[in-house]
Amino acid sequence: MLQYALKRAVLALLVALTVSLICFLLVNLSTDVATAMAGEGATAETIDAIRHQYGLDRPLAVQYFEWLGHAARGDFGDSLYFHTPVAALVAERMPTTMVLGAAALGFALLLSIPLGVIAALKPNSWIDRLALTIAVVGQAMPTFWFALLLMYLFGVTLHLLPISGGDTWQHFILPSVALGYYATPAIMRLTRSGMLEVLESDYIRTARAKGLRNTSVLFKHALRNAVAPVVALAAVQLGFLLGGSVVIETVFALNGLGYLAWEAIGHNDFPVVQAVVLLISLVYIVLTLLADLANAWLDPRIRIA
Amino acid sequence: MTSYRKLLRVTLLAAALAFTLPAEAGKRDNSIKWAANQVPESLDAYFNNVRIGVILAHYIWDTLVYRDPKTNEYKPSLATAWRWVDDKTLEFDLRHGVKFHNGEAFDADDVVYTLNFVSKPENKSTTQQNVNWIASAEKIDQFKVRIHLKKPFPAALEYLAGPVAIYPGKYYAKVGPKGMSEKPVGSGPYMVVENQPGRLVRMKRNPNYFKDSPKPQPQIETLELRLIPDQNTQTAELMAGGLDWIFNVPPDQAEQLKTVPTLRVKAGETMRVVFLTMASGDKTPTPILKDIRVRKAIIHAINRQAMLKTVVGESARMINTLCFPAQFGCTDEGAPRYDYNPAKAKALLAEAGYPNGFDIDLYAYRERPQTEAVIGYLRAVGIRANLRFMQYAAMRDAIREHKAGFAHQTWGSFSVNDVSAMTPVYFKFSADDVTRDQQVRDLLEAGDTSVKPEMRKVAYKNALKRIAEEAYVVPMYSLPVYYAYAKDLQFQPYPDEIPRFWESRWK
Repeated sequence: MLQYALKRAVLALLVALTVSLICFLLVNLSTDVATAMAGEGATAETIDAIRHQYGLDRPLAVQYFEWLGHAARGDFGDSLYFHTPVAALVAERMPTTMVLGAAALGFALLLSIPLGVIAALKPNSWIDRLALTIAVVGQAMPTFWFALLLMYLFGVTLHLLPISGGDTWQHFILPSVALGYYATPAIMRLTRSGMLEVLESDYIRTARAKGLRNTSVLFKHALRNAVAPVVALAAVQLGFLLGGSVVIETVFALNGLGYLAWEAIGHNDFPVVQAVVLLISLVYIVLTLLADLANAWLDPRIRIA
Repeated sequence: MTSYRKLLRVTLLAAALAFTLPAEAGKRDNSIKWAANQVPESLDAYFNNVRIGVILAHYIWDTLVYRDPKTNEYKPSLATAWRWVDDKTLEFDLRHGVKFHNGEAFDADDVVYTLNFVSKPENKSTTQQNVNWIASAEKIDQFKVRIHLKKPFPAALEYLAGPVAIYPGKYYAKVGPKGMSEKPVGSGPYMVVENQPGRLVRMKRNPNYFKDSPKPQPQIETLELRLIPDQNTQTAELMAGGLDWIFNVPPDQAEQLKTVPTLRVKAGETMRVVFLTMASGDKTPTPILKDIRVRKAIIHAINRQAMLKTVVGESARMINTLCFPAQFGCTDEGAPRYDYNPAKAKALLAEAGYPNGFDIDLYAYRERPQTEAVIGYLRAVGIRANLRFMQYAAMRDAIREHKAGFAHQTWGSFSVNDVSAMTPVYFKFSADDVTRDQQVRDLLEAGDTSVKPEMRKVAYKNALKRIAEEAYVVPMYSLPVYYAYAKDLQFQPYPDEIPRFWESRWK
């Protein structure tokens, strides 16, 4: 297990380095950073001065390694727009995104696990098809569309929930539902297939033969084993949700990392864009690593393979 | 994606209209709750360059002089009188009895400290173009100052009436730009009482606002600005009563909001003008545009009037020269008019040797539907324009590196009501000048450096006339902005896009 964990950790580190390189190159090759920073109406002299001032006239490789070295120490430089350290900006905005991500995942689990269980108990019934429909709709509908639908229904029409901002816990309900719904289909399908497999296994048949109550068989024996892979998947989904927060935080005006990324892109604030993309990618990589390790721990066949 | 969101907006608005409750959240407590989609990096007026920052500055601070947005006349504000001592020196008599929000009394020291601080490049003001013409400010006595200019700059008063706000000197010296951003202190009609960066700015009416100010005494007690990036969310908040006023509403959405009984929608003209640049200089990447007949054919091919009605929106107007009509020195007198005449366009192309038209790349960075309409008109006369849509910075790079010869551009003049902030940007041999006409440059230079208004007007008129005669650009129109707000709120839009809530009240 230790050898497997080390292998996965090294692989995760390589992926993180690759992500950092891609992130750096995408930002630096997509446009002339100095021109973009100078803004509308800047003279060629101003642009040259900015290029020199920020060291953008040096080779890209030198710039990359310098940036990576600082980033490894938690120093992402200063925001070009807000003129404050990027690390401080990120620390300020991170809690909102974490609360949103956790709430969204909570909603996704609350909706998808019961649906998956019910669908597995009544395969090919109308309820199974309904669960499948909910899953398909969740996957097919763009997040911003669903967010606006929720907003108009619960905010504009019914006046039940606040539309934007993050002052109270009520402000997080609509964004969490909008974001969490996207994660529902994958978890529901995995729960359903896991339950179907487990329900047909020998130990469940034995449990039933022993005369155990149906609820006991279902929740104590079947569900516990069926949802084990879901835990791993949920960790990965949390990474997806953090990425999706760019859209949701912008739509609901939540002052989190996603909104910060949106602002930074709009203002050509490249140090912030690089930091946010790198951090969200790292969270995703770490979660994937944890999911892999959890799976390997639960299923020894994986570590042997 | 754009059309998808457009369809969504229309559908949702239509569905929601029947159920919406009355708006006007602010009427109950005599406040205005409004929203912007930009986050200023700093509330210090000299350290941000976004529109909402420009707007907030007018609430928090005052300027030496005030330009009446209705008559465009300069009126006394913190200065009661002013005069040109020579081509490079302006003298101001300052008002007595004005107090800043923190109780500091206003006098010459405040003007001198503010202007000397912000005009020094080492202090890194973000809006250098607003202050880099100032050499220094000098105290003559407690209520008299002189501003020394680096060179003759006739638009100085325009800047002193707009972006050049006066700060309390002692406070600014103590807290600097960072402190001023966190806790802004000015003499303006509203005081900042709460500032949550990136989220909210709350302002209260200044009860001690000086009574002779050209800005009327404010009637609205509280202004609450929320920063909401998504336009659809702003609209939803407005319809739900969470906001009382929003701006920059897309035209299609504005049409829908007009049907909401609790709301009012108004279109206002802005100083941003739209035009097509046609590189005809020696380094042009599109030599075909060196032929004046081709350039004239392009202008004749585009139905600008029809575009105004269909894709631009209300309150905009067609322009015949490259400037905003209300700007000092802007005129189309004597300049040729190019009517919409596709037959003439085709004839001109045939005369130039292109009876079957030609292919050309058209660069653009905003107002895409308008660019697409232009492409449609050009195709109708045989000019096959290929859209190259990109970020502004990328487009400007392409123009400056002589890779883009034909571009759909806009310019807002930084809301400066003087031609010197518009036409010279594209015709005074800067990197953005793709024509490089010596005669035009000399005329503009004469207009930019003379302090005699009549001489300036003549110089600008001749420059604009030559640009139009040579068909160097396609002047299109001014751009409108749509405002949507609670119907019981009195609100008047102005071309400088500054909402003047100090003039507003609830009915």
